[in-house]
Amino acid sequence: MPDLRITAGFLPLLDSLLLVIARERGLAAAQGIDLTLVRETSWANIRDRVAVGHFEVAQMLGPMPIAANLGLSPIDVAIVAPMALGLGGNAITVSNRLWERMLKAGAPGSIEPAPAGAALARVVAAGDGRLCFAVTHPFSGHNYELRYWLAASGIRPDADVDIVILPPQLMADALAAGTVDGYCAGEPWNSAGVLAGAGRIVTVKARLWPDSPDKVLGVEQRWAEAHPEALAALLRALYAASLWCGDPANHAEAAAILGGPAYLDKPSDLLLRGLSGRLELARGETVRVADFFVPNAHSATFPWVTHALWYYAQMVRWGDVVHTPAHQAQAARSYRPDLYRAAIAPFGASLPTSDEKQPGQMRFFDGASFDPTRITTPSA
Amino acid sequence: MSASELSILIIDEDRVRAAIIEEGLREAGHTRVAVINSTQEVARRIAEIAPDVVVIDLANPDRDRLEHFFLLSKALRKPVAMFVDKSDAAAIGAAIEAGVSAYIVDGLRKDRVKPILDMAVLRFNAYSRLQRELDEARNALEERKLIDRAKAILIRQRGLTEEAAYTLLRKTAMNQNRRVAEIAQSLITAAGLLEP
Repeated sequence: MPDLRITAGFLPLLDSLLLVIARERGLAAAQGIDLTLVRETSWANIRDRVAVGHFEVAQMLGPMPIAANLGLSPIDVAIVAPMALGLGGNAITVSNRLWERMLKAGAPGSIEPAPAGAALARVVAAGDGRLCFAVTHPFSGHNYELRYWLAASGIRPDADVDIVILPPQLMADALAAGTVDGYCAGEPWNSAGVLAGAGRIVTVKARLWPDSPDKVLGVEQRWAEAHPEALAALLRALYAASLWCGDPANHAEAAAILGGPAYLDKPSDLLLRGLSGRLELARGETVRVADFFVPNAHSATFPWVTHALWYYAQMVRWGDVVHTPAHQAQAARSYRPDLYRAAIAPFGASLPTSDEKQPGQMRFFDGASFDPTRITTPSA
Repeated sequence: MSASELSILIIDEDRVRAAIIEEGLREAGHTRVAVINSTQEVARRIAEIAPDVVVIDLANPDRDRLEHFFLLSKALRKPVAMFVDKSDAAAIGAAIEAGVSAYIVDGLRKDRVKPILDMAVLRFNAYSRLQRELDEARNALEERKLIDRAKAILIRQRGLTEEAAYTLLRKTAMNQNRRVAEIAQSLITAAGLLEP
């Protein structure tokens, strides 16, 4: 059994859960790993500290390794994603003022993305002030799923509405102050906005795109290559954590652990909302969202190459990178299901037979599917 | 102003620390130094400042937003993190530990920028040390006040001399393996509860 020290960086978000549980439930120790977790204040710090070797691994936004490998980051470092840290977990929250306007424009008050998007499109078309939405990072699932929802609803991001970057812990305040009209973020920051009375959750990622990816485990490529056994042991510990977190009977305990002062430092009932999928859309209005956040089921930790390519397709779509076959191949190589398979095989879990999803397996709320063989540069 | 003189931007919400860094840069002969204390201001002023070097505080939770401004800004078209030169691992580690980061425009020679980062690291560290000392001094003063109040209670209620009161506090602390200030605090709390 290896005796290894690994330091992992994380941001205070619901999907730091697997790292926290792997440490706190002794699952990392059971694999011979002395896992240290360091809470960081920005994704830029996470990226830099992985680049300089302070962290061997870190929680990362799904598109971050791809952006780094395509040279879109200010620091030159090769990062691979050998594991996903769950599915879903995000939502879109709007200010009370914008919600009133959406309601008048026919929003039904459900979390279904299509009618909410249609109502928002009518608000935008009516003019009366340009709307501003916040996301946490340009290379994030939040940015790309917000843009997907807006565009599919007939709203042109950048042309019709502004999208700005804001740290999630400032979003509820910005909503209340009227600096932004809405935001797309991970939990618990949507529930925190609702709890503060600043806004309403209008739709969730799990409905925009069921079983969609979000955070991954990012590893510096050279470290991954030099320490295959340590990495495999860590992946097994995280997989064991995903099994434990996937059992609803453990949700209350998981929320209490994650809410501790060293981690999210939040009341456990706030974290339980995202964890259990019983979301309060507005004060006193609770709905049950199936598969809101999925830690283990539906191959939730498998790093699908198709997911990497979807992020790449969004980078191309919104002008972050020029589409070339070489870029696409680089993006695909950023996710490493081979490392995942080798590490998880001893668990005897049933693994996907292919590293790629079939187009029919990825369905979006507007009926579209994704075919990575047909990525094209958008016409100007 | 010579054409080759670097334009340096310091972004730090801590005004005192920003002033200390600015002073250091001016002492080193830099005259084109700008300071911004709020992230909001960066979007508005970055084009006018057109920095070659940006020095920022790593603890700033707005760092992702700042990087986005840099990416959008035509003034700093291709910002490169200072840590790009991985050969100097010690310097990189020192900067991160001090809590400072820097961006430079692509193509700028690193030997021109390194002294700036080195100076920023030194001053960030000196500032943290100063703050730590200040906190310690403040705590020591608070503790002395607590002990004085506890002594006064013992003098009043037990008729002890000041010296005997302090000896009693210290002996109790040693017996219970706690600090004298903690015993003093307990005594003050207890006395407060017992007051008529």
